[in-house]
Parts: sequence; structure tokens; C-alpha cells
Amino acid sequence: MSPLLEVTELTVRHGAEAIVDGISFTLEAGEALGLAGESGCGKSTTALALLKLLPEGLAQSGAIALRRDGEEPVNVDRRTEAGMQRVRWRHISLVFQGAMNALDPVQRIERQLIDAIVLHEPVGRAAAAARAAELLELVGLAARLGRRYPHQLSGGQRQRVMIALALACRPAVVIADEPTTALDVVMQAQILQLLERLREELGLALILISHDLAVLAETCDRIAVMQAGRIVECGPVADVFTAPQHPYTQRLLATLPVIGSTRGGLSQSQSQEEAR
Amino acid sequence: MTKLLSTARGRLSLSVIVFFALMAIFGPLLAPDDPRASSLEVLEGISLAHPLGTTENGSDVLSQLLVGARVSILVGFAAALISAALGTAVGLAGGYFGGWTDRLLDALENWFLVLPTLPLMIVLTRLLSPSLIVLILVIGLTSWAGTGRIVRAQVLTLRERAFVERARALGASDLYIVRTHILPNTAPLIFANTVLIIAVAILSEAALAFLGLGDPNSISWGTMLEHAFDSGAPSAGAWWYVVPPGLCLTVLVLAVALLGYLFEEQVNPRLQGRPA
Amino acid sequence: MSARWLARKLAAAALTLVFVLAFNFFLFRVMGDPLNQLARLPRATPEEIERLRAAYGLDQSLLGQFADYAKDMLTLDMGVSQVTREPVWNEILTALPWTLLLVGTGTLIATLLGSWLGVIAATRRGRRTDDSLLSFSLFTYAAPEYWIGILLILLFAVAVPILPAGQQMTPGVEFSGPIPQALDVAEHLILPATTMTLMMLGQYFLIMRSSMVDVLTEDFVTVKRATGLPWPRVVRRHAVPNALLPLVTLSAISFGAVLGGAVTIETIFSWPGLGDLSYEAVQAKDFPVLQGTFFVFSVGVVLANLLADVLYFVLDPRVQDA
Repeated sequence: MSPLLEVTELTVRHGAEAIVDGISFTLEAGEALGLAGESGCGKSTTALALLKLLPEGLAQSGAIALRRDGEEPVNVDRRTEAGMQRVRWRHISLVFQGAMNALDPVQRIERQLIDAIVLHEPVGRAAAAARAAELLELVGLAARLGRRYPHQLSGGQRQRVMIALALACRPAVVIADEPTTALDVVMQAQILQLLERLREELGLALILISHDLAVLAETCDRIAVMQAGRIVECGPVADVFTAPQHPYTQRLLATLPVIGSTRGGLSQSQSQEEAR
Repeated sequence: MTKLLSTARGRLSLSVIVFFALMAIFGPLLAPDDPRASSLEVLEGISLAHPLGTTENGSDVLSQLLVGARVSILVGFAAALISAALGTAVGLAGGYFGGWTDRLLDALENWFLVLPTLPLMIVLTRLLSPSLIVLILVIGLTSWAGTGRIVRAQVLTLRERAFVERARALGASDLYIVRTHILPNTAPLIFANTVLIIAVAILSEAALAFLGLGDPNSISWGTMLEHAFDSGAPSAGAWWYVVPPGLCLTVLVLAVALLGYLFEEQVNPRLQGRPA
Repeated sequence: MSARWLARKLAAAALTLVFVLAFNFFLFRVMGDPLNQLARLPRATPEEIERLRAAYGLDQSLLGQFADYAKDMLTLDMGVSQVTREPVWNEILTALPWTLLLVGTGTLIATLLGSWLGVIAATRRGRRTDDSLLSFSLFTYAAPEYWIGILLILLFAVAVPILPAGQQMTPGVEFSGPIPQALDVAEHLILPATTMTLMMLGQYFLIMRSSMVDVLTEDFVTVKRATGLPWPRVVRRHAVPNALLPLVTLSAISFGAVLGGAVTIETIFSWPGLGDLSYEAVQAKDFPVLQGTFFVFSVGVVLANLLADVLYFVLDPRVQDA
């Protein structure tokens, strides 16, 4: 059976420099793939490239094929901008990094959900409003929060709204770019649990991007490690964690705290572990 | 200064300013005729004898233009200096001493920022009888609020910084702290802002002169426009009388303003994209 | 919550108005020698001057004079014009609508045109359209507005005489009805309003442009695009409304300068508004009228700022909770 998402030789160039340098990976239906690496290695750029949302000045090439059960295969790379408007959110959606400013400040929450729903589904606004309320409850928020404006919600609540938004049009693939960064530890755990539950309930395929390996270890089935625009290692989570092949992966894993030992070089996850 | 010369805009602005500065200094020497000499050739167009035509008194427009540069630039410059001095004093006093002084001065500042400046200048000049000194004073005393606000903001930031606290702990007097720590850090901002005030002051002098409140004994670009309009030059189609003084004003103000913005870009760390 | 905010803003405005009153009083009473006005009377005897002093209340203490002044102002008694002997308030009332017409038209067009051009320039940043629009607006920003007005007169009323060069109506004409009269006024409004618009356009354009450039870098713009919205709709429905907010603040802050422009523009076009009234008062040293118009201008600025605050409150939900 062909994979749900197949990315072949994806490259993103800024002039002569390659931010993403010919990466290839697959994603099966219902699978959670982790994309790990330090900041600046091209993870977020990859996410944007999958939706063809790169800013001007960046050129992307490489095949991105989406094969959804019961639907025509979608070749993202060959779609025009107009064509992409039918692909975005309906097949692939993105939970943005840092939900601080990811929502229109002058629109109510439910309005933003409804706008996304009616864009892709042939329903009236009333039906869309009902669905919006459902979505909010799905991510653990009270439906009445839909009447609020973004600035009236906490960071954790806004992140949940972003997830609700990402699910609005029942996509096959959801990309979550650093969904737990800028959240406190308790929030982090809740959001990860939420993503896991949604994945099970809705049968989503998830690409989880994070610099925090601990986060990925908990939620993902497979993990791909990126360094300087390339994927240096890719495999099942257990394998990568217990027997890393690439030296870079080994170095990354070395920064994770191990019970009973003291290590130098605190990473974010390590300091949070100490704080617990 | 060298950074300025490296940009095309900087070089252009500086050359324009130097050009007009030279005009101000050497204008009266270069003028082909006595600018006040009247003749029978009233409101005549461009000719060899009068490259920019004649005024309603038969005077040479070009000569008046060259001589008029002096007043326009002198008043602009002097008024801006007064404005800068006053604004700095107010900003320092309010920012450094805080409390009720600050609140009072801040309210005053806010009022001066929004009030109808030209009507106020008109009223003051009328009450005091127009002359060069009065013009300089009036313009200087009404334009200080912009500098005041910038200085106050800067002082508030600096006041809390470690080196100021250290100085105070060592027993330094307020005057000393202001002189050696606060002023040097604020000076670049004041300088950049003053350049912009020069542009505003030049326009203010011209506007006051145009309305008949200029120095009755001087020729400036503003008085040229005043006489041109009052004597019916527009209806007579005497564009050679109207265009040159206004054009000089526009070009000079543009150059000064551009220079001011360039300085501001360099001096304001936020505009540079660096963290302040 | 919103009622409290509104009450606070109204109180602040009222306080500012009191300050305006005091400022005006000190400006004219303390700075200008009221006896200047008295000295205009030829050969006034000392007894007559003393009587006038008492009549003007100048023999009272300063505070007493201010109380009198405040009382007068509240009953709209601004004295009498030295030139026409008409009550100052009547002259102001006659002139006010004309200034409102001029300033209103200019502001409306400048806002619409400035925002529209600002959006275009921001979405075509760095390209030729952007550069030419920037140059044009910088030019109109730096040029004296009365100079632009005279140039327009030269071009469109003298060289190619298609528009009237001054006044608000064709003099000496009987109009058959309100519509022909309105059309005549509109024709006379064209040049002055164009001058006013050009004066404000540069600033509005620059602010809108920079505001749009900032908003376009915000995450939510990318998110909207990611949800499948076509880019023009993202700009129109999400970027522009957010970018308009600083424009509201700007128009309030720059209202003082707009009134200054009204003075010079009305003067050159003989437009019978408050600006023209001030100009005549300046020429004739008619201090009561000058004081009256300055007061009205100041009040206008306070009201404009209040209006902008209210508008901002209505438009930006974040302010509503502040």
C-alpha cells in the first residue's frame, strides 16, 4: 500500500544556499512522525514547504505526493497557488509555532473556525458554528470560549484553539510545529496527551516537529533527525533512541538527562526536569 | 557620518544641504541684482537680464531667492536649537525626577504634541510683534514636545540601569549622573530628532511669513511667496515668482528630513533590528 | 467595563478642556496687553481708560479675571469683533461649517486614498510602484501646502481655467434651488479640498504602508493563507483591518497640523472658514476674534482625540478589556 504522504528530494533554496537539502521521507496513515533537530536546521521550513507557504525569495523543488484513501492523489509540488487553496487545510494543516500571534486579534475565535470550515466544506454558517463548538470541545475547551477574542485566552488555550483550527476541515495530515514550546511543563504534557488522543480518535497522521527529543519520544512512532537541511537518521523511535547510528543523533541524545547522573550542558528539557 | 555617506540617499541629502548652506552664506554676494531694487519691469517672465523673472516691484526673483535662503535656514536652525534645548531640559527633568514633576510635564508635553501648532505660533507672533528673534523664539518654544518625549523615554530606561545605580551608590550627585551618564547616551537621539525639527522649523517660518507674520525687514522664501500671492502673481500667471521659493523649501526640507530619518535609523537600536 | 472606560476618557477630555481654557486665558490676558486694544481708541482720556478697565474687569485679580472669562466662555460670550462689531461667536458659527466641509472632505479622501495606496505599496514592497509612491508622498509631505495650492491655482484656474480660483460660491449669482447651489459650492471646493488632501496624503500613505508591512509579517496572516484563503482576501479581510488601527491614532494626533493647514489653505482660496477668519483677525489685530478661533481650534483638537479614542475602542477588541 502506498504511503499517505511521500516526500522526495524536497529542496528549499535561498539563492544559492540550500536551507532544506534534498530530504525524502514517508508518512503512513495514522502514523506519527517526529522531525527532530536544532533550531535552524530547516524543520519549520520543511513544514511550510509541504503547504507551499514559503515566503517570497525561497524556491522549492521536489515531489510531495498525498494519497488519501478514496481520493485522487494530490501532487502538491505541481499545484498552482489557486490549486493549493483547495489542498491547504483540507488535506494538510499546520499547527503553528508559538500561537501568540497566530490568530487574527480582531476576530472572535468561533468566527475564525467558521471561516475555515465554510471555505472547504459545503455547509452553511449555522452548521459550521455547530461544528466549531464541537471542535472546541474536542480539544478540551468550553464551547462558549468561541465568543472570546484571542487576547482573552491563555497561551495554553490559544494553542488548543490552533489545534482545533487545524482539525476543522478533517485533514489527513496535521503538522504540529513546536506545539509545546513556550508552554509550561504541565501544559506541555496536556497538549501532547491531547494530540495523542486526537490521533487515535480521528485516525490522523501527525508530523510532530520539535527540538525536544523527549517530547518526540513520547508521542511518535518514527523519528527523523535533521541536521543542516538534511535527514541524517530515520527510523522507529525505539531504534533511534536505543541504537542511534549517526554521530549527530548520538550527540543530540547525549543532551537528554539520565536519572542518576549529572551532565553538563543543560538543555531546555533538562532544566525542566530539574524544576519538576 | 561615514555611514551616511555610504548610502546614496545620505549622499544626496548631504549634497543638497551643503548646496543650500552655501547659498545661505554666499547668496547675497552671488546675487546679480539688489534684491530690493525696484524697476519698471513688473512681473516679467524669464529673460537674460532676469533668469527667474521679476517680482511685482520689478525686483529680480533670482536675487531674492539667493538672499532669502539665509533667513529660512537661519531661523530653522536657531529655532530647532532652542527647541532641542527646551525639550531636553523638560525630558530630563520629568524622566529623572519622576513623581508629580514628571506627571505634570508629561501632561504638558502631550498637550503640546497635539495642539494646533500653527494657530498657536500665529497668536504668539501676533501678540509679540513679528521680528526674526520673535520668530525664532516662537517656533522654538512650540516645537519642543517631540524632543521632550524622546528624552524622557530614554531617561526612564537609563535611570534603572546598573551603571546609574552604581554611580548613585558611590555618592554621585544627580547633576553628575545626568552629565556623565545620561546625557551622552541620550545625545545621539536628541541629535537625530533635532535634525527633523529643523525641517519642521523651516516650514514653520515659511508658513508664518506667508501669513504676513514674517520679519518685515527680511527677505525669505516665505515672504517671497507672501508677496507673490498678495500681489496677484497667480492670477497673472507669474509662475516664475511662485515656483522657485516653494521648490527650494520643498527640496531643502526633503533633504533635511531624509537626513534626519537616516540618523534616526542609525541611532535607534529598535529600528536597526537589534535588541535594544 | 466599557462604560467605565468611556467615563474615564470623557473626564480626561473635560480636564484637558479646562486646561485649554486656562491656557487660552493666560495666552491672551497675560501675554497680550489688553490695553493694546484700548489704545486703539484715539485720544482716550485716563478716566475713559479707567472706566474701560473696570468694564473689561481688568481691575480685578488674575483669578477673578479668569473666573469671569470662564463664565463668559461657558455662555459662549467671546466678546465682540473689533472690526465688524459682531459677536465673535456668531462669526465663528458662520465660518465653522465651511471649515468642517473643507477639512472633512480632505480627511475623507486622504484616508481612503492614503490607505489604498499604502496597501498597494506594502504588498509591492521594494518594487517600482512602491518607490514612485514613496517619492510622491515624500514630496507632498515636505512641500508647503499653500505652495501646492497656489500651483494648483496656476495650473487649473489660470493656465487652463477650468476651476474657480477662490471663494466658496460664484459671487453675485442667484441660484434656482439648493441643488444648483450645492453644485456650485462643490465646484469651488475642488481645488481647496485637493490641496488639503495632498497635504495629508503623504503622512497617511506612509503610516498605512509601514503599518501594513508590519501586519504582513504577523503569524496570523500566514495562518489565514494556510487555511486556503486566496491572498487578496487575506490582505483585504485580515491584514488591512489590523493595519488601519494606527491610522486612527495618527489622524487624531495630526489634527492640530490639519487645522494649521486649514488656515493657510482657506487664506489662499478665500474660503470663508475659521482659518480665513483667523487670518483676517491676524491682519487686523482683531484679538477677540483671534482668541475665539484659537479656542475653537483647541477644542477641536481635544474632540478629535476623543473621537479617535472612541473609534479605536470600537475597532480594537484588545482595548475594550484594558
